[in-house]
Amino acid sequence: MSLMTQTALSRRTLLTGSGALLIGFSLGDTLAAQGGAPNPKATGSKSVALDQVDSFLALDADGRVTIFSGKVDLGTGVKTALAQMAAEELDLPLDRVTIIQGDTALTPDQGPTYGSLSIQKGGVEIRQAAATARARLISLAAERLGVASQSLVAENGTIRSTAGGPSVSYADLIQGGHFEMKVDKEVPTKDPALFKLVGRSVARLDIPDKMTGRFTYMQDFRVPGMVHARVVRPPAIGANLESVDADSVAGIPGLIKVVREGNFLAVVAEREWAAIKAAGALKAQWSSWEGLPEQEHLWDHVRATKVTKDDVTSNVGDAPAAFPNAAKTLSASYDFAIHTHGSIGPSCAVAEIKDGQLTCWSASQMTHALRKQLAAMTGMAPEAVRCIYLEGSGCYGRNGHEDAAGDAVLVARAVGRPVRVQWSRADEHGWDPKGPPTLIDVRAGLDQDGNVLTWHSQFLLPDGAAGNVPLVAATLAELPHETTLSPGNIIQNSALPYAFPNIRTVCHRLADTPLRPSWIRTPGRMQNTYANEAFLDECAAAAGADPLAYRLKALQDPRGIAVLKRAAELAKWETRPSPAHRDPSAREGDILRGRGLSYVRYELYRTYVAGIAEVEVNRKTGAVRVPRFFIVQDCGQIINPDGVRNQIDGNVIQTVSRVLMEEVTFNRSAVTSLDWASYPILTFPDVPEVIIDLIDHPSDKPWGSGEPSAAIVPAAISNAIFDATGARARSVPFTPAKVKASLQGT
Amino acid sequence: MAHTVSLNVNGQGITASLDDPETPLLYVLRDDLGLRGPRFGCGLGQCGACTIHVDGQAIRSCVTPISSLKPSQKIVTLEGLGSPEAPHPVQQAFIDEQAAQCGYCINGMIMQSAALLSTNKRPSEDDIRQALAANLCRCGTHLRIVRAVKRASETL
Repeated sequence: MSLMTQTALSRRTLLTGSGALLIGFSLGDTLAAQGGAPNPKATGSKSVALDQVDSFLALDADGRVTIFSGKVDLGTGVKTALAQMAAEELDLPLDRVTIIQGDTALTPDQGPTYGSLSIQKGGVEIRQAAATARARLISLAAERLGVASQSLVAENGTIRSTAGGPSVSYADLIQGGHFEMKVDKEVPTKDPALFKLVGRSVARLDIPDKMTGRFTYMQDFRVPGMVHARVVRPPAIGANLESVDADSVAGIPGLIKVVREGNFLAVVAEREWAAIKAAGALKAQWSSWEGLPEQEHLWDHVRATKVTKDDVTSNVGDAPAAFPNAAKTLSASYDFAIHTHGSIGPSCAVAEIKDGQLTCWSASQMTHALRKQLAAMTGMAPEAVRCIYLEGSGCYGRNGHEDAAGDAVLVARAVGRPVRVQWSRADEHGWDPKGPPTLIDVRAGLDQDGNVLTWHSQFLLPDGAAGNVPLVAATLAELPHETTLSPGNIIQNSALPYAFPNIRTVCHRLADTPLRPSWIRTPGRMQNTYANEAFLDECAAAAGADPLAYRLKALQDPRGIAVLKRAAELAKWETRPSPAHRDPSAREGDILRGRGLSYVRYELYRTYVAGIAEVEVNRKTGAVRVPRFFIVQDCGQIINPDGVRNQIDGNVIQTVSRVLMEEVTFNRSAVTSLDWASYPILTFPDVPEVIIDLIDHPSDKPWGSGEPSAAIVPAAISNAIFDATGARARSVPFTPAKVKASLQGT
Repeated sequence: MAHTVSLNVNGQGITASLDDPETPLLYVLRDDLGLRGPRFGCGLGQCGACTIHVDGQAIRSCVTPISSLKPSQKIVTLEGLGSPEAPHPVQQAFIDEQAAQCGYCINGMIMQSAALLSTNKRPSEDDIRQALAANLCRCGTHLRIVRAVKRASETL
């Protein structure tokens, strides 16, 4: 059974097509794996304290700087943007900056990489550290050169006087590369008028390697002696493992072990294919479990779920009491389905336990938090655990990356060898935490002129915030794990950006939700903005008003007004009420066309977005297409315009997919949408053109771009469907069946 | 029992010793040959991340058993197309268009597009979209990918 087979070919001797030797990558050297030339001075014990300059950067003798970033690039391009910010502040060319990301031994804990905060928070902290370092370098140079600081300029890692004379390099000024000083949060940062790199569409640092197979993704990472594991999940989420027949896989060559710990089950083999076969062939007896609600009655279940508390997110005037004074009252309910992250590469992690030290490589958004979770699960001291980030497939939130890490650790502990766990497609679709189902009831009263007099909305959302999502491995193995829900900060954007005389927005926080929740791109902000902006459109239609004019009348923020007006120009908005035709059913042809508007100020304090969807609705089939989407964003100071555009493309296209097509399906026991056939996503023929305009404010703070533009997509499409058909789409996804049914109702 | 298989990968004859001749090509390329272009996405032939060329045809390596391949068949991976120093025109066009976010699917996009361009040198946008209809991207990089293929078609 334990016949070990070796390939006749060593990886190191394989010639690639280009004729160059393909060298096995530097095993165990994470820094090299992240694609950087490691700074030797930085690899010893180093500060990771948030208030120390040395936590964020190190200079080396060659005039290079290594930036240590707690925020990681999840495929969004922030690595390049962070390098631009650091290089700008240090007056260095971009190619002299190396970025190390998300290594608990090397990078400060700048918080998880979520919430569109990598630039706004992470980048600004790095900018402050770099500016502090630069100020110190200038002052040391002034001393060394015997001239006043004001007359000094820095360029390419060298400082000289504008009056001429000798110069001195950064490396000469900071012997050993350490600053040993605190970050000065008040330090003046560079005048944006002098920016050479920030604000430019610098090409992404990772793209050439990614286009040619040279990049090391998490899934590519290997360590010597490593073995391959696959997890075997219960067929029902809460099932108990009654027995395992290890003999059922004994004939698979290279099988090392069947690992069982409580309800956690995995197979380990020398070769990956053997592990895959063993996972499929392993016979195990599980108890039955039917703890999920009937999907058909999901919304009844949500309504019946116990409310643990109410978060009142805004309260202006007396909204409930104002309804009797309204000339017209309307109400609607909106629901938004459960979504999976749908990463193209299933989660993967490698763990190694050696000399009492655990090292875990994963694509975690939050290595510092994961370290604590792994320590709690294993009973190890946090100091004995090191978590290292390697870029995986895009995750769009808390997908299965951390869970794969937990799996790898349990298996590595059981077999005493380094272990790589690669999730299957079904593991990812079935067991990544999900965007929870969301239900929103809204009621408004309009005055004689059709203006909103009172607005009362109630959001049914699971309790919890953006904490640690419990690890699947710890849960199944009944090892210490969190028991609270962590769906993200999902009450955001339940309050309105508009000035109405009476507003009450309440989030009823639910004690539970059917599937383990977490954040998926634009969590809560998307669902809440969808209800707010779709219902505002209903109010505009009830008032017989143009949807743009209706918003502008209620909006006081000049930057909000600016994005809306710019979007209208971009899309050549036709001023008129919706629907486009008084009697859409009387129109000829099967295809009805419409346009819809939506607006958000992200979390009511940062990035502004306005967007306009064009739709085509086939009234025979109910199928909705979005041929074009116009969008305008103001995220303050733009670091990399092309990077921002790339994110906006992604937000729009991914959200069109979510809104038109996506819904996790489940039976009473488990998720049943376990592949791309049962959980289809938008494909090339149906991808809309995305027409983008950016409003830059170089002198302002930079705000996030990874999430905000997704928030406006659902309502823009819903409003466009109404414009085309006269029927409201209030249930995401807007499937042909639902849209057709709503058309028959009009 | 070990089976010795001979393959032609990126212009080189190689042999590998496998327990199971039904092992999908993807695992031999990745685990035995250390190649990183072809990627595991679904193992079901549904997403395209594992795409390679066999005699110039775009093939899903995750559902291609080794036993189905002949030693004479020419297997080309993303690495075999070009390198960062000397990229293939399609790779160069993807770099020029900055056509990636996470980039996990891009192997399939480039391999599928290169196969398309070998038979249709001047595809329309619609041709490109249809040719890539079975390649999934989750980040929403589709528009840049289409532009990159268009750009490549103009340089080939």
